[in-house]
Amino acid sequence: MSLGQTILPYIISGISVGGQYSLIAIGYTMVYGILRLINFAHGDVFMVAGLMMVYLAAALPLYIAIPLVILFTVLLGFTIERVAYKPLRTAPRMSVMISAIGVSYLLQNLALYITGGLNKNYPAIPWISDSVSIFGMQTTRVTIITPFLTVFLSAVLVWLITHTKLGMAMRAVSKDFETSQLMGIRINNVISATFIIGTFLASVGSMLFFTNYPGVVPTSGGMPGLKAFVAAVFGGIGSIPGAVIGAFIIGICESLIKGLDTILLTRGVIADQVGFATFSDAFTFVLLIIILVFKPTGLFGEKSTDKV
Amino acid sequence: MTASERNKNLKIFAATGLFLFVILILDQVIKPTSSLSMLLTVLQKGSVYALAAVSMNLLNGFTGLFSLGHAGFMLIGAYTYAILTIPAAARDTVYQYYHAIVRFSIPETLSSFAGPLGTVIGVGIAVTIAGLVAALFAFLIGLPVLRLKSDYLAIATLGFAEIMRAICQWGKLGPLTNGSNLLKSFARISTFKLDLGGTTLSFSTFVPVFIATVCIGLIVLLVNSTYGRAFKAIRDDEIAAEAMGVNLAKHKMLSFCTSCFFAGIAGACMAMVLSIAQASNFKSAMTYEILLMVVLGGIGSITGSVIGAMLFISASEWWLRGLDSGTFLGINAPGIFRNGFRLVVFSIIIMVVVLFFRQGIMGDKELPDAIQAFRTKRKMKAEAKAAAAAETPAAAEAPAAPDETPKGGA
Repeated sequence: MSLGQTILPYIISGISVGGQYSLIAIGYTMVYGILRLINFAHGDVFMVAGLMMVYLAAALPLYIAIPLVILFTVLLGFTIERVAYKPLRTAPRMSVMISAIGVSYLLQNLALYITGGLNKNYPAIPWISDSVSIFGMQTTRVTIITPFLTVFLSAVLVWLITHTKLGMAMRAVSKDFETSQLMGIRINNVISATFIIGTFLASVGSMLFFTNYPGVVPTSGGMPGLKAFVAAVFGGIGSIPGAVIGAFIIGICESLIKGLDTILLTRGVIADQVGFATFSDAFTFVLLIIILVFKPTGLFGEKSTDKV
Repeated sequence: MTASERNKNLKIFAATGLFLFVILILDQVIKPTSSLSMLLTVLQKGSVYALAAVSMNLLNGFTGLFSLGHAGFMLIGAYTYAILTIPAAARDTVYQYYHAIVRFSIPETLSSFAGPLGTVIGVGIAVTIAGLVAALFAFLIGLPVLRLKSDYLAIATLGFAEIMRAICQWGKLGPLTNGSNLLKSFARISTFKLDLGGTTLSFSTFVPVFIATVCIGLIVLLVNSTYGRAFKAIRDDEIAAEAMGVNLAKHKMLSFCTSCFFAGIAGACMAMVLSIAQASNFKSAMTYEILLMVVLGGIGSITGSVIGAMLFISASEWWLRGLDSGTFLGINAPGIFRNGFRLVVFSIIIMVVVLFFRQGIMGDKELPDAIQAFRTKRKMKAEAKAAAAAETPAAAEAPAAPDETPKGGA
């Protein structure tokens, strides 16, 4: 088997995972761009979207359940911002971050209470979870769709930010809070809009993500959330194309590391299992520390200057 | 040192000694079967978390470095302690799938020629080494990441904790860390006993409480020293601190390593209390919990962190237990009060604290100072009242006695 054939499945699944991460990462990067807040609860909103799908799909037909999941997730994101972050607008940044951690803790515990900590099987969404064959290998259709959908959605978002009034307001608010308020921008509305867009994309991402996984548990939001945040930092926080590219890089690397043992074994480089797969999560953070040390603003980030 | 300061220090020492003595007595009096045994559990776990919270407060509250890597450093401490104290005979049972490379146990070796005293010294040495190893890792990781600012530092240290967890579970390190299996059979609190003829003295609560008290005492000394003042200067304004001649890199590193040293010790105590050490327990959720304890008690207050940790542990382990098991405050509703409800109620309380009582319980004050301030205030009020009563005849033209309240003792 050629090298290409050995690593192709991993690359393809990596692109798919990367696409899902990038849908979450956009939420992080937009919120950080505007509020300078690492929204630790974002990963858990993603998990809650997964759980809602489990419960709604059990009671309602899918064509009603899917829009409802998106609607409720967006509402959740909106509520979190209004209840937990808005009262702290003038507080130090650390307080807001602690509030975000508190929300994340609450959502996880709530999910734990409702599910009883059991794994909830994610419903199969027809058509997208069907099996297809590409380049002679079997995979699900969602794997193929994800990258295209991601690129499409982020292109729409970039257009929204560069060509609409709301986008202009977002850019203004992210540059300077007070000045944009003086210019007549209702910053609370802009911030809410940011959360709505972010959680909308996270709910779409959760449908694509969980379709490929056996189920949802209360902690399943944590890791993808952190990785998506790393992707946002990697691409340069505040930049949407950066977040998407960062997420694809992280997804592909992660998938390759998961399969590195097998790849090296089939190529005959190593004779025994090394257990690289243990590091598939840790690698993301190694990448983060490296990028933060050498290029703290990320690939596409703007250079910021400190004023005394 | 003035006489009043010496007096105050003496009082604090006496109070601490008395407190430890009471714990020692409780340890003997409360039997594991009694309903009060929950108190001991809370004291054991609470003291470990209190130490962890105070060490995090040193970093987050006093130096202004927002680090979320505590679980990682506690993991290092717990593993170091466990590896160094598993008895040689138990090694092969613990390391089922690997050939253990560390084949000695410090307390065991020392007790072979110094008896029970050797065990005590051995455990002490193992705990100290646990802290030192954590501090060493902190130094190495601190070199690159301490250059980062606020939330980037938070996420980088959080990442470091995840990396540590992965490394400890790596199969290739199995001979040292037992891979993803747990470490057990090492010196734990239930083995801390002394046989005196017919009676057995138990130290299972005393040991963790004692270690935590000593370590917290050391942190208090550090915070009140020149270094502590430099830390606070960095927290309040980095640029101003630098202009005043505080070496930023040096002091940040010092604070980071010290905090992680004590986090390592907290990790070792955690292993002691839980009697197992397993990497999968030290998730980022643990860091979040410790952070919430710090917030609950008040960022920048050491007594606050201790109170926060004790409240957190007693609420989640003891007082709110009923929420999980069907009956709470006499209300019987198994439908609502089922597994996990306790944590939901608990996280709502925490959100309320975070949103509406941002100062936490103590704000940035310390308990002795707060009590003293309260006392002087009351005394002044009583004096003012007495003076006013004495002056009543002349009160018509004379203004009422000045109701000056003194500024806080600190």
